[in-house]
Amino acid sequence: MKSDHHVILRVVTKTLIPIIFLFALYVQFHGDFGPGGGFQAGVIVAVAVILYALIFGVPAAMRAIPPVFTRSLAAVGVMLYAGVGFWALLQGGQYLEYQALFHEEPGGHHGQHVGILLIELGVLFGVSGAMLTIFYAFAGRVAEIRDEDW
Amino acid sequence: MMDILLNAAPRWALLHAPVLLVMVPLFLAPVLALVPSGRIAWLVSVFATAASLFFALILLGQVQASPIGVVSYDIGNWPMPIGIVFRVDALNAMILLLVSAIGVLATIFSWPTVVAEINKQKHPLFYSAFLVCFAGLCGVAITGDAFNLFVFLEISSISTYVLVALGAGRDRRALPAAFNYLIMGTIGASFYIIGIGFLYAATGTLNIADIASQLPSLAGNRSVEAGFAFIVIGLGLKAAMWPLHSWLPNAYSYSPSFVTMFLSATATKVALYALIRFLFTVFRPEFAFEQASFTFILMPLGIAAMISCSFQAVFQTDVRRTLAYSSVAQVGYMILGVSIGSIDGLSAGLFHLLNHAMIKGALFMAVAGVVLTYQGTTIRDFAGLGRSAPWTMTGFAIAALSLIGVPLTAGFQSKLQLGYALFEQGMWWAVALVVFSSFLAVIYMGRILEAIFFQAPINPRKSRKEAPILLLVPLWVLALANIYFGINTEFPLGLARDAAAAAFGLEAFR
Repeated sequence: MKSDHHVILRVVTKTLIPIIFLFALYVQFHGDFGPGGGFQAGVIVAVAVILYALIFGVPAAMRAIPPVFTRSLAAVGVMLYAGVGFWALLQGGQYLEYQALFHEEPGGHHGQHVGILLIELGVLFGVSGAMLTIFYAFAGRVAEIRDEDW
Repeated sequence: MMDILLNAAPRWALLHAPVLLVMVPLFLAPVLALVPSGRIAWLVSVFATAASLFFALILLGQVQASPIGVVSYDIGNWPMPIGIVFRVDALNAMILLLVSAIGVLATIFSWPTVVAEINKQKHPLFYSAFLVCFAGLCGVAITGDAFNLFVFLEISSISTYVLVALGAGRDRRALPAAFNYLIMGTIGASFYIIGIGFLYAATGTLNIADIASQLPSLAGNRSVEAGFAFIVIGLGLKAAMWPLHSWLPNAYSYSPSFVTMFLSATATKVALYALIRFLFTVFRPEFAFEQASFTFILMPLGIAAMISCSFQAVFQTDVRRTLAYSSVAQVGYMILGVSIGSIDGLSAGLFHLLNHAMIKGALFMAVAGVVLTYQGTTIRDFAGLGRSAPWTMTGFAIAALSLIGVPLTAGFQSKLQLGYALFEQGMWWAVALVVFSSFLAVIYMGRILEAIFFQAPINPRKSRKEAPILLLVPLWVLALANIYFGINTEFPLGLARDAAAAAFGLEAFR
């Protein structure tokens, strides 16, 4: 680091970011049986990266998590969500019928657990990817006309 | 023909056609975002829309073969009031067929125009956004859940804003047009969702069929009436009902030509379908407040659109703007048909909806061809093109005659049906206004046709420059469809009549 400015901010941020990620995972896996879930967790993940970009600069954040990656992440999230539906179709059930994922009897819960877990993971990928893509699009935008030229 | 298709289709396609129709394009859209090559993205889009057309045909066959005229599909195997249901009757089967057929033709023709107008790196993402938009429109048409309809409406709208804004490569005015559309479209969607909120408060359900079954016992409920008002305004905004159409001319004139063509033939039609679904299936025309809103709101607005937007079209110098204002005027015809409130009126409105999609599709395809070869859309740019691009311009002329309503074209047949429906109610004055508006169409289309066929070209060196064959084939498919359905109306009129009967909740007659 070439400057000593904001040294407190840098140090505090470095300790905060892992905790934010951890909290995101807590919200993600808590979503099964309480408030939370993929959408909120995805936003929290994006917040961690945005905080990094605010403190260390957008270029550094783009090196750590490239825009191509965030865009692909959003696409993979949607594919994961839709893919679970197609998986249920291939197993002979209706679209997104978790019960059909492992051909379970009405009492079984394995398919329900796996299904919602994968769906929530898809939402996490989709939301965090989309949030970061939007952030990069705004933050990385270069003005086509300089302000003084108006 | 339907029997052959139903017998030949595999069992999984018959069982899961409703969900596959929407989910195949919606699944392929994110895949395209990862594909590096624009050409592959185009081919995948053609495949996705063709698959949707296949499933739409299966659904139409199933609906016609079904004893109750309804095909429904429970998502996740959750039954109706709890889960989301895809419910297809003759009304949405018709809309699905229209959207997917136009989708296939539009995608096939899109490649040359996309190459010319969109930045090369953006081709896969462009097709990705298009497939999302297409899937959203199909979703609006197929879903039986009022909130799910909102979600699909937003899916299609948000990708539409992106597609419109991509016209900025050719003309920077696409950006304010897209922003304007975004604001107006979001207001429309918000109004719709507020209306759904009121209905949910009154009925406690979001399923369209369930709401419809509970509303008769809630006659006179203020919250239901407020919900009705919000929904009509919200969907009216999306359908470009006059005076809520101000987003449309700019969005149509500055977006990429392919987007203009696709949107003009499908987006407003699907919003109009949603409006019809609410006006006739959810709220019944028997309700006093709905009858009043037909007579005192929808009918005057439809007539005002017909007259005032035709006048505005006459004074445009840009061909795409002329066609855009004419679109609003044609939506006026459909609203007029709907507002009669009778089965004949509704079927005339739906029949015109089908024909107008074919007409505007063909017109905007021909304009896209001119944009491709001559880079201009003003009427002056069209001068003399009848000699240098005869195939493109003959297709344009056929569709233009159909728009005016010349006998032996599809446009004539739908105006005839509208006239019958109006006469039946003794509204001869409205017939006179329809004829007057058609005269205005003669003027504004006549100006363009005169420039094309009777003026000398402004740049004689650019002679013999036809649009590419990929563009000509879909254009001529639509142009010939205009003539064929102008002579033999059995198929589209049957679709429209069945659809109108289904909207009223009657057994579709066949």
